[in-house]
Amino acid sequence: MSLHDQDDPALRAAQEQRLRAVWEPPKGLFLRWSDTNNNQVGKWYVLTAFGFMLFAGVLALIMRTQLAAPDNDLVGPGTFNQLFTLHGSVMMFLFAVPMFEAVSIILLPQLLGARDLPFPRLSAFGYWSFLLGGVFVSGSIFFDAAPDGGWFMYPPLTTRTDLSGLGADIWMLGLSFIEVSSVAAAVELIVGVLKCRPPGMRLNLMPLYAWYILVVAVMILFAFPPLIAGDVLFEMERLLDWPFFDAARGGDPLLWQHLFWIFGHPEVYIVFLPSIALFAMLVPTFARRHLLGYPWIVLAAVGTAFLSFGLWVHHMFATGLPKISLGFFSAASEAVAIPTAVQIFVFIVTLWAGRVVWSTPLLYATGSLAIFVIGGLTGVMVALAPFDWQAHDTYFVVAHLHYVLIGGTLMPLFAGLYYYWPLVTGKKLSDRLGRIAFWLIFVGANLCFFPMHLSGLEGMPRRVFTYPEELGLGGLNLASTIGSFIIAAGVAVIVFDLCRSPWRKRAPRNPWQAGTLEWLALPEDENWGIRSIPLIESRYPIWDQQDFVRKVDEGRYFLPDAEEGRRETIITSVLDARPVSVIRLGGPGWKPMLTALALGGVFILTTYHLYWPALVCGVVTLAMVLWWLWTGTAEIPEKPCKPIGHGMELPLYISGSASPGWWAMFITMMADATAFSGLVFGYYFFWTRHEAFPPAGMTAAPGMTWPMVALALGLAGWLMTVAAREIHTRGGVGTARLLLVGGLATSIAGVPAGLAGPWLSGMDPTAHSYPAIVWTLAIWTCLHAAVAAIMQAYVLARSLAGRMTPHHDADIRNVTVYMHFFALTVVAAYATIGLFPEVA
Amino acid sequence: MSDERRKWHERLNVTLWTLIIPPTVWAGHFLFSYLWAAISCAKEGAFAKFPTLFVAGTVLALAIILLSGWIAHRQTGMRGDSPPHDEGTEIDRLRFLAKSTLLLAGLSFVGVLFTALPVVFIGDCR
Repeated sequence: MSLHDQDDPALRAAQEQRLRAVWEPPKGLFLRWSDTNNNQVGKWYVLTAFGFMLFAGVLALIMRTQLAAPDNDLVGPGTFNQLFTLHGSVMMFLFAVPMFEAVSIILLPQLLGARDLPFPRLSAFGYWSFLLGGVFVSGSIFFDAAPDGGWFMYPPLTTRTDLSGLGADIWMLGLSFIEVSSVAAAVELIVGVLKCRPPGMRLNLMPLYAWYILVVAVMILFAFPPLIAGDVLFEMERLLDWPFFDAARGGDPLLWQHLFWIFGHPEVYIVFLPSIALFAMLVPTFARRHLLGYPWIVLAAVGTAFLSFGLWVHHMFATGLPKISLGFFSAASEAVAIPTAVQIFVFIVTLWAGRVVWSTPLLYATGSLAIFVIGGLTGVMVALAPFDWQAHDTYFVVAHLHYVLIGGTLMPLFAGLYYYWPLVTGKKLSDRLGRIAFWLIFVGANLCFFPMHLSGLEGMPRRVFTYPEELGLGGLNLASTIGSFIIAAGVAVIVFDLCRSPWRKRAPRNPWQAGTLEWLALPEDENWGIRSIPLIESRYPIWDQQDFVRKVDEGRYFLPDAEEGRRETIITSVLDARPVSVIRLGGPGWKPMLTALALGGVFILTTYHLYWPALVCGVVTLAMVLWWLWTGTAEIPEKPCKPIGHGMELPLYISGSASPGWWAMFITMMADATAFSGLVFGYYFFWTRHEAFPPAGMTAAPGMTWPMVALALGLAGWLMTVAAREIHTRGGVGTARLLLVGGLATSIAGVPAGLAGPWLSGMDPTAHSYPAIVWTLAIWTCLHAAVAAIMQAYVLARSLAGRMTPHHDADIRNVTVYMHFFALTVVAAYATIGLFPEVA
Repeated sequence: MSDERRKWHERLNVTLWTLIIPPTVWAGHFLFSYLWAAISCAKEGAFAKFPTLFVAGTVLALAIILLSGWIAHRQTGMRGDSPPHDEGTEIDRLRFLAKSTLLLAGLSFVGVLFTALPVVFIGDCR
């Protein structure tokens, strides 16, 4: 490469200067919080999630202290209920899931040799939503207002306002808000993995962490929306008395259990797989060899993801469903052991075949596998319905789930903490303290949770605030309590180790001599992510590609410069990572935080029944989103293409299915469609639960006319938008605008038409579950019609303002994706409420 | 080799979408089984001793999984260099997806059999 431009040190220095200036984080006490770079946002995210973990850990210690001796009275039953509800909810919603998102936001761009993820402002928005919602939910316990119905909030205990207070609303609305941030993270991570890989990193060369993250993010899309649908029904019942779960008025509490666990079981794998993904990175490093059985890991990840959606009823074995249904779910629960075991064997075989370096991270990894396997084996036991009937709601289940989560989530994260700390801070943690902490946690976890198997089998129910001495469980409980404090001591040692880190000396670059891309990061913080975006030819490029690190550092690969002073990264194709375009990324700004604040206002004010201020916040949120989109997306670049080195020129503007924005819309709408199918499931679930549905004697029904009118309007709006896109591409801007005006008119008309059916027939949603679910489907669809109208108006405005042209048509293409999903929603909703009663 | 001369199962290149066909079929079969049992039990109060619909659905699911596994198997065996196939080439990317599809087909096949077993052993809606 003697005649290469990059041979000139002065040129390289100038490039570095420009890159540094472009990626310079905002400084100052206030301004720094406007940052959106993944390095900063990822760190805030990790620290916040870690803080919530410590908080929930303290709640657990209070519970264990209460249970240390029989008939103890440290806390009363009411407080105890709040403690276990908040412990479970915080650990799941505010620690396990956000921690995986946080770690991925830090690691993924590094692993993929990208400068940042495709939507940095979306990550920042997700973070601020998470922080606000998390503080709101956790803080409630200091006002004695925390949720107290258990982390799965079963109705009717929680939906009856005379039996449960504000806590249930705080849980529902606070955590719904956090679910929004999880879906945002899923969008970011899926598009990141599929579209932001470095050139040459085909699917078969992708780091396994990225495979796992892709799978888990897709799982979030299908798992969280049913819970959002459940939350909607739940709050409609609590706030407006619509009887979805009230058996006296045709509702069914089991519907909530279905919707919750369709989320809740995949959730277990959503928090387990990313932690195992950390093993897939550190095991090869310390085995000093490539991971064996790469396709087997993909089998395990994808197989687990699918099977995990067929397990939810195993949480409901004791509810009296027909045994045949239990049989299906029991079978799937046994089958999921296969892919889970496959990945564990892959790690064992890789270690066996390699030359193992017994580092601290590997110690955590192997220890956690031991704990996880015990939890997995008791899982196989409780997956058998007859055994589960004996163990259901006892401490046996508590023991099982803690073995799974400590072995499958917590300890792998500590392994990752020790492994990746040098990557994030440039400094290693203490091996000695790390090992002390490991043994404390390992011994403590077994001492705390193993006796719970026995106390459970001897009849100790979960979620009781105390137990009588005559049960003879004092010894086992005391052992558990001692164990819990030993775990806490171990975590305290880790916290102490972290606090000492700033005073330690810098570690060398790539201190573990790993082979994967993320270790290109320099110990001295550079915010540009990677000096030049490499061409990848191996799964372990640092080990296998000649002079790889030097070439990256000297900017000999792609995009070594930021001539136009913009933050940029390369977009590549999904299967083979061929370079497609260069995109400009969003820089620092306040919009993500302010949008999160406004959206938070909607959820938090609704909790306190302050509907008018909540509505104002809703309007502000909408305005913020539109402002953000208008000023920061689908920007027409100053030139069509730019060179990225090696004689390659890439376009600066792409639209349609090659562009990240199109994928983001598609993925968001998949989540939206899944939430909607949760509501439709509710309708048909009620149909199976009633002799006749609509119930006999219920005369008020939407009829066929109005739903069919609304259906026709919705489809007309969809067709006009599709036609507008096609004609616009061919240069017919005027005709396209006219079609958009037509589409806008039909979408607006679709709102009253959709509501007319239930409205004009005088359906009373508080009378019975039938009118309630019909109203819900109609309102959901009409809201989507309203959003369609806003989008069509937005595209029209973009066209009129000259921000959208036939060559720069990302806006209309993305809106068309929305309209495809809208058409499906319209068909499903109006066929269900208008036509199904005719055939049922 | 031009497209005309390649057999049809070689032209059906595996992609990310075909990778998920076997487990999607498992999911479809699972949902079908659950709905079939739930609706038969809720609306008829029983399911037939020899549930024709269920058997047909299961055989169909197994057949699709076998077919996609077979296509994937043919593609793992494409001509080229010897294993391990972990290079950054188009053919190795194809082989990798084919191998993963084959493995998923195996898992899905077992999964469908697992789901079908309760119907063999439990004959009523209790």
